[in-house]
Amino acid sequence: MNRRWYSAPYLVWSLIFIVVPMLMVAFYGLTVVGEDGSFIFSLENIKRFFTPLYLGVLGRSALYAAISTVICIILGYPAALILSSKDLKHKSVMMFLIVIPMWMNLLLRTYSWLSLLENEGLINQFLRFIGILGSEEYIQFLYGEGAVIFGMVYNFLPFMILPIYSVMSKMDYSIINAAEDLGANKFNVFRKVIFPLSIPGISSGITMVFIPAITTFAISSILSGNNVNLLGNVIEKQFGIGGDWNFGSTMSLVLMIFILISMFVMPDSEKESQGGLII
Amino acid sequence: MKKLQKLYLYLILVFLYAPIIIMIIYSFNESKYRVWTKFSFKWYIELFQDGQIMSALSNTLLVAVIASVLSTIFGTIAAIGINSLKKWRKSAVMNITMLPVLNPDIVTGIALMLLFFMAKLPTGRLTLILAHMSFCIPYVILSVLPKLKQADNRTYEAALDLGATPALATWKVTLPEIMPGVITGFLMAFTLSIDDFIISYFTTGPGVENLSILIYNAAKKGVSPSINALSALLFAVIMLLLIVINVRTHRASEKA
Repeated sequence: MNRRWYSAPYLVWSLIFIVVPMLMVAFYGLTVVGEDGSFIFSLENIKRFFTPLYLGVLGRSALYAAISTVICIILGYPAALILSSKDLKHKSVMMFLIVIPMWMNLLLRTYSWLSLLENEGLINQFLRFIGILGSEEYIQFLYGEGAVIFGMVYNFLPFMILPIYSVMSKMDYSIINAAEDLGANKFNVFRKVIFPLSIPGISSGITMVFIPAITTFAISSILSGNNVNLLGNVIEKQFGIGGDWNFGSTMSLVLMIFILISMFVMPDSEKESQGGLII
Repeated sequence: MKKLQKLYLYLILVFLYAPIIIMIIYSFNESKYRVWTKFSFKWYIELFQDGQIMSALSNTLLVAVIASVLSTIFGTIAAIGINSLKKWRKSAVMNITMLPVLNPDIVTGIALMLLFFMAKLPTGRLTLILAHMSFCIPYVILSVLPKLKQADNRTYEAALDLGATPALATWKVTLPEIMPGVITGFLMAFTLSIDDFIISYFTTGPGVENLSILIYNAAKKGVSPSINALSALLFAVIMLLLIVINVRTHRASEKA
């Protein structure tokens, strides 16, 4: 009679495909391969990670991800505020347009910036055309950290706008009206009412931007031409030819723990928008 | 002020769409280089003759269709089961289910790669499908569960009282009620699968590329303009899919 048994096959599945793989990462991360090919428990790789070289990579990745997240908030917050205002016409069309790029392949979106930003790309050609640059001059946009941060902001901006918008559009307008009636000016209404109420949205926006940004390796590798190495690139290399899977797993483990901790210190986020990305 | 707000939104849209539009324009350019010469469908024709791109496209679609259909069936059954679980069991299962959603893709990808390696499964299309299912099923469950909570359990019980077996009652009564959630879950699984790069990158085998992997590898060497044509086509397909999803959810919310 009871339908709870319907979950049994899924329980087995999630054990095999979710729980066991995570344990495998931990297993590989905490062992090294001995001379006879067996796995020996060791914290050697953890120690190896906590040396200036790899801590530097983690620090750099966290810094770039943090900078991109902040830029996304600065650009995205006003956009979400405008989008949620009552008297914006064609609101659903606007939201639709913001969401579409999110569903475009990340690689394609990143790759397509190359034709604009290259040394011989459209932007440089345009700058030459209007005479800002001489005919042989160019500005090097790509191949550096600026390009990587730019790519992160471009790819993840909608993930910041969407949750903030979702919180704001559910906001109770009677509170805002009450604040206005009680004599608060526009700035104070924003500072004391709208902004505090939108914090859950910002917080889930931060998670949705920061996590993919700190773990990316495609954006950094395409836009920097492999000049900028982020944690994702370093991990990816360990699983390539001649790599060390155990050390790669150690780094993934540390990354996971780092992310768990950073999510723990975040204020409560907006739960609903996390799963329901489709508007 | 109003105008300024509008202008700001338009600027954001320009920023989001600039590369996509440039890409679509260049897909109709006859020259291989980034100088406009003449309008032509040349790259679209070459696209369909390029064996590597076509095989990547067929891999992507094959994996997406199989993984999303299986994930939808499996995830829906699982969601019905999870919905009838008691408190602590339910939250335990849901916590496990949230893991692939919250975990960074690179960790999920590596974890699955290690699993396939240990299980001695040869990597290729099969492992790709399994990997895609493992990140799609949670999304199906997450979109079906809310519908199950809304569904009226009494109709299901009435069906049982009238002599239907639980399986038949689930099929005839519960399933139609939760259908919107099932379809949203399917579309979500499908788009996630088509879009995925990181997890596929780690779980595929030699010679089996999907589109994302193809673009990633090609971006290092310089890409044929056929890729532009392909992305223009993909853009059109995604736009269409999203319009369908939105019209659906719109209708659903109007009904409710």
